[in-house]
Amino acid sequence: MASRSTLREPPLVKALLMLGAFAYIVLMLLLPLWAVMSEAFRAGLRAWSMAVTEPDARAAIKLTLLVAAIAVPLNTIFGVAASWAISKFQFRGKTLLIALIELPFSVSPVVSGLVWVLLFGAQGWFGTWLIDRDIQIIFALPGLVLATVFVTFPFVARQLIPLMTSQGRADEEAALTLGASGWQTFWRVTLPNIRFGLLYGVLLCNARAMGEFGAVSVVSGHIRGETNTMPLHVEVLYNEYNFVAAFAVASLLTLLAVVTLALKSALEWRYRAALAARS
Amino acid sequence: MSIRIEGVSKTFSDYPALNSVSLEIGSGEFVALLGPSGSGKTTLLRIIAGLERPESGRVQFGGRDVTKSSAASRGIGFVFQHYALFGHMTVADNIGFGLTVMPRRMRPNGAEIRRRVTELLDLVRLPGLGDRFPSQLSGGQRQRVALARALARDPKILLLDEPFGALDAKVRRELRVALRTIHEELGLTSVFVTHDHEEAFTLADRVALLNHGRIEQFAPPAEIEARPESEFVRTFLA
Repeated sequence: MASRSTLREPPLVKALLMLGAFAYIVLMLLLPLWAVMSEAFRAGLRAWSMAVTEPDARAAIKLTLLVAAIAVPLNTIFGVAASWAISKFQFRGKTLLIALIELPFSVSPVVSGLVWVLLFGAQGWFGTWLIDRDIQIIFALPGLVLATVFVTFPFVARQLIPLMTSQGRADEEAALTLGASGWQTFWRVTLPNIRFGLLYGVLLCNARAMGEFGAVSVVSGHIRGETNTMPLHVEVLYNEYNFVAAFAVASLLTLLAVVTLALKSALEWRYRAALAARS
Repeated sequence: MSIRIEGVSKTFSDYPALNSVSLEIGSGEFVALLGPSGSGKTTLLRIIAGLERPESGRVQFGGRDVTKSSAASRGIGFVFQHYALFGHMTVADNIGFGLTVMPRRMRPNGAEIRRRVTELLDLVRLPGLGDRFPSQLSGGQRQRVALARALARDPKILLLDEPFGALDAKVRRELRVALRTIHEELGLTSVFVTHDHEEAFTLADRVALLNHGRIEQFAPPAEIEARPESEFVRTFLA
């Protein structure tokens, strides 16, 4: 308890720190959120519902859901496979692989989009080859998916690598000595052991996939009703001074964040209970 | 079932974990692999189990060469130091796991599996605990569940890696007796790893003393005490 007494701060300092933290959160997070919501509903519920159901908005919502529905499963499979390899096997280049997985977090989103233009754009490396075969990647769905995959691929792997490393290999080895095949071991032992961590990673990956702006903006081409995702649609509306509609669509994205936060907290709570039971 | 190990070697990064080790274990024997940490005893056990591959040498079970067989196909039971029970499964599901992963045409039906689980719970003296989760059991109980799980598919060979290492002295003694009884009752060939020489000498028929990846002496406890074959054996026992 000696260390505790040295850490005991005067009550005034404690109160000031807490007050400061709350004030900062209110100013920097809650106020902007409230602004989005109040702007979205400023012209009433009817205007809001018209703004989010008009054809271009509906197309943007559909496109966002479609891109997430492709990118999130891809990154989930990749994330589980990479974490499995990194945490259960010894091989050369492991540290490099871990570093590479983190790369998208340190790369500017503009670059994450631009690389695809450089590869598949009309003037890109494979540009002529693609044009000859009439395959469109940039300014179309494949480009949006590629950019989103690039930006969101660390989420699942980053969540799982420390978890699976700390769990070790004993459970898998036990399953093997009991006669289970590699596949049975994965489905019946490994996957249940990581289920909460995996759900958590998928959730964060999804939130980012739906909300990504920068990388997607580079490859989208901003064709209304065709290649505009929700974040891009918000920008277009805003630039047209259509504030009510812009904030209405933005309010949907905000709602997504709130739902993600609620699910994340619920999972953290479950996850902690499961982890405590293990040790 | 007899176990025959011939000239097995294994290297980890640069240091040799096992240096051309040969060992012959008779059917029905209870053998301890004893040695300080880093002596290669756990590596040897894991090679017998098929959890590690030797770089050279052979492993035979009852005349059958299993050197290249996977751990899953060797028909062994393995007990881990920290139990390695599946935390998301009940005790009964843990014990029945080996039966439920059998190929469909060989797999017993649900009623048979339940009957076998009950039988095994009785064998390890934990009747009625099938519905609990591992986290609700004490260390000694968990190791008993791990033992029952390892025995579900009727292995002829039982391998145990420091099975009492994580338990306190009283539970240790109880479990030793239980293990020896089960070994006799089922006619198993058992090999266990320990660094505690008192444990090896009271429990095993023969003790293999390992040091630096080599077997220094392999003999019954009384003989090792009476005629230690090397300086290492003398100092280790002192």
